[in-house]
Amino acid sequence: MIELTKENFEQEVLKAEGLVMVDFWSEKCEPCKALMPSVHDLAENNAGKAKFCSLNTAGNKRLAISQKVLGLPTIAFYKNGEKIAELTKDFAIEDVEAKLNELA
Amino acid sequence: MSEIYDLLIVGGGPAGLSAGVYGSRSRLKTAILQKGKPGGQAATTSDLENYPGFSRGTTGPELMGHMAKHAESFGTEILSEIVVDMELDGDIKKLKGKSGKEYQAKAVILAPGAQPRSLNIKGEHAFRGKGVSYCATCDADFFEELDIVVVGNGDAAIEEAMYLTKFAETVTIIVIHDEGILDCNKASAEIAFANPKIKWVWNSVLHEIKGDGLVESVIIKNIKTGELSEMQTNGVFFFVGTVPNTEILKGKVELTEHGYIITNDLMETSVPGVYAAGDARVKYLRQVITAASDGAIAAVAAEKYLAEEEGFKERVLNAKEPLMVVFWAPQSEESIAGVSTLEKIVGTKEGKVKLVKIDTYRNQRVAKRYDINVIPSVLFFQNGKLLDKIYGVFNENDIIEKIATVFTES
Repeated sequence: MIELTKENFEQEVLKAEGLVMVDFWSEKCEPCKALMPSVHDLAENNAGKAKFCSLNTAGNKRLAISQKVLGLPTIAFYKNGEKIAELTKDFAIEDVEAKLNELA
Repeated sequence: MSEIYDLLIVGGGPAGLSAGVYGSRSRLKTAILQKGKPGGQAATTSDLENYPGFSRGTTGPELMGHMAKHAESFGTEILSEIVVDMELDGDIKKLKGKSGKEYQAKAVILAPGAQPRSLNIKGEHAFRGKGVSYCATCDADFFEELDIVVVGNGDAAIEEAMYLTKFAETVTIIVIHDEGILDCNKASAEIAFANPKIKWVWNSVLHEIKGDGLVESVIIKNIKTGELSEMQTNGVFFFVGTVPNTEILKGKVELTEHGYIITNDLMETSVPGVYAAGDARVKYLRQVITAASDGAIAAVAAEKYLAEEEGFKERVLNAKEPLMVVFWAPQSEESIAGVSTLEKIVGTKEGKVKLVKIDTYRNQRVAKRYDINVIPSVLFFQNGKLLDKIYGVFNENDIIEKIATVFTES
């Protein structure tokens, strides 16, 4: 998975072609960390369907807020630079997988 | 067919983890089915300072991490799985996971916990993750130097509000009660009243959350005057109690009208071999320590259940020879007399007829299964099949006659 920062977000997500999945997380968010291993597995098993990225919101708070993300965990899908779907708070890895398959 | 566990625990919060410690330490093949990382609600609590032995400075994730390691050290498997359906009747319980896998166990402990209650205020749902939050540790970071509102005034609300003051510029707590009255403990109330970042709005409830993409303001309603006022804010945190995660248990075990699982002191639910522990259970105090206590009791009760079931199966249902099962209790003189009558008769049969005694005071389950409402009662088995029964007081001749007519080789 590609680690996003305020420096590369525009290039990797907003200017990217095709489907991009962004996992917004932070060190203090236990549900995010609980989800993380299965998100990484999902990315590995679905390589090619989308570009998989993660953004640690600590230190990138303004960037997250600019993406209208003000709560964790959040997983957002972008297509050709535009946010087309988002899962926030109560969701399971199975929901992420279903959303990915729907959009890919 | 998948392997059969002795004990499957649904939920990996403090109740489930404690049940794991006790279950696996008693050498039961034990697994916990848990959505993601274990710890439950306690793992999203920042300061956890009232679990005995773990004093100030302890955090929820830290304590839960210790509990999970503790359970694993005795052999508990912690599996990442969300249980979506279960078949709890019968000797072997079947649990279906969201992954599609099926799990089987001889006993089940339900410890699904609870989740924050939502008030279904206008805008609450639409702004989840957009400024509306139920998890201070998850989202506090976002509100550095911003203004937020907290709804609620119990222990969780006041303690989490104080945690939020480490990040936010101001934390406005909306309280439904008259000025100065909070539902939380006195120690927390005193600290909160002294915190300059905390502002109070009394006699009020939240009426609506407004914004454009993200939360921008809230409408507060004064319940005394009915007056509505708008206040600019960047976030709204709800701590207004919890609801049990028992949706999938409806119709499977007995629940209250609010969805809490009904148990007795042994944590037994309405279904034999199925126990409940933790916040999802009807109880007085919902804390980490009482959840852990429930888990310990449930695991020990489950272990005893398994031993009794195995014992009955081995001694009665798997036995080929003719045998009588007598139900008695130490408090009943009549039943003690009945037992000695039977022992005398069995003594004359030179081992051809066996006698199994069941103390109904200690083992009510088997008695219930055979509708034993009166003691003494005697059941006659051969090749594991129930052939006949005598309910209530009997004399020597009743038994001798039955043995002669019921059993094929005595």
